[in-house]
Amino acid sequence: MEEDVRVDKKINIKGLVCPYTFVKSKLAVEDLEVGQVLEILLDSEEAARNIPKSMEDHGQKVLRLEKINETDWIIQVRKDKE
Amino acid sequence: MEFTEDQLQRYSRHIILPEVGGKGQKKILGAKVFIVGAGGLGCPVGYYLAAAGVGTIGMIDNDVVELSNLQRQIAHNTSRIGVPKVESVKTTFESLNPDVKVIALKEKITKDNIKDLIRDYDVVVDGSDNFPTRYLVNDACVMMRKPLVSGAILKFEGQVTTILPGEGHCYRCLFEEMPPAGLVPSCQEAGVIGAIPGVVGSLQAIEVFKLILGKGETLKNTLLIYDALRTTFRRVKVPKNPDCPVCGDKPTITELRDYDAGYCRI
Repeated sequence: MEEDVRVDKKINIKGLVCPYTFVKSKLAVEDLEVGQVLEILLDSEEAARNIPKSMEDHGQKVLRLEKINETDWIIQVRKDKE
Repeated sequence: MEFTEDQLQRYSRHIILPEVGGKGQKKILGAKVFIVGAGGLGCPVGYYLAAAGVGTIGMIDNDVVELSNLQRQIAHNTSRIGVPKVESVKTTFESLNPDVKVIALKEKITKDNIKDLIRDYDVVVDGSDNFPTRYLVNDACVMMRKPLVSGAILKFEGQVTTILPGEGHCYRCLFEEMPPAGLVPSCQEAGVIGAIPGVVGSLQAIEVFKLILGKGETLKNTLLIYDALRTTFRRVKVPKNPDCPVCGDKPTITELRDYDAGYCRI
């Protein structure tokens, strides 16, 4: 049912490394309203592992983590906490 | 306001903290902090506030840099001997972080100028080295309802407390009157290990950040005492005194007065 998720904002952080991957993702979540969904496109395997964990630690909900091709991942995060 | 790429890098370790984030960092960038004294405490407090991006830092000190300061006053350096301390810290802090504006005041803080000086600031930090100034700053902050982060050092010891007028204790709830001059250590006795103001100033800087961010618990109603020789931190409860002469129910000190010298400056 992943296709049914309504994405409110998309960011492309390909080329970035930690911690800027999370800095950019976190700032994008801050700009959302509670309940809205952010989609992150990234190409860092380390960030693909760490961003979902950090988002959950910060009280947000990770809806999707998927490797979409050889180099890239998609993460969808719903803002649950202001 | 959007962060520049440089700001994202500079403040990344703040932004990724849940208690700070982009919103908290913007609060820091918009904050105005007034520091009394550009010496042992003012140097580390100002250093960390500047590094963190506190947008406006006011500093007042009437002294020039002396060689004997450099053992502990880390924002100055050997080439600045003879330069006003506030000019020295302005150079250091503004070159550390271009987001910071330092307002350098080379003058004495007095009963006549203090209220105008602190009026536009969010938080006041006391890094002064003498009792008359300490009481003047306390009384002015109580009267103007300004949060005050007070620090003191001597030998191997340091003290920190946060005064939130109207909410918690003030310095006079703790020590109602200045100690008589004879009981204050003389200049010959008043040594200090150079890293002590570093510890105490860092604790003061942390108190300032908590006030700016509205996070955590400050040292309201608490005196924190650091004993470096024993390596202990002691928290002493300081209730607000309803009979306090400046912040009590019926204050007797309602105007600033001269808090005369006769004291050896430490």
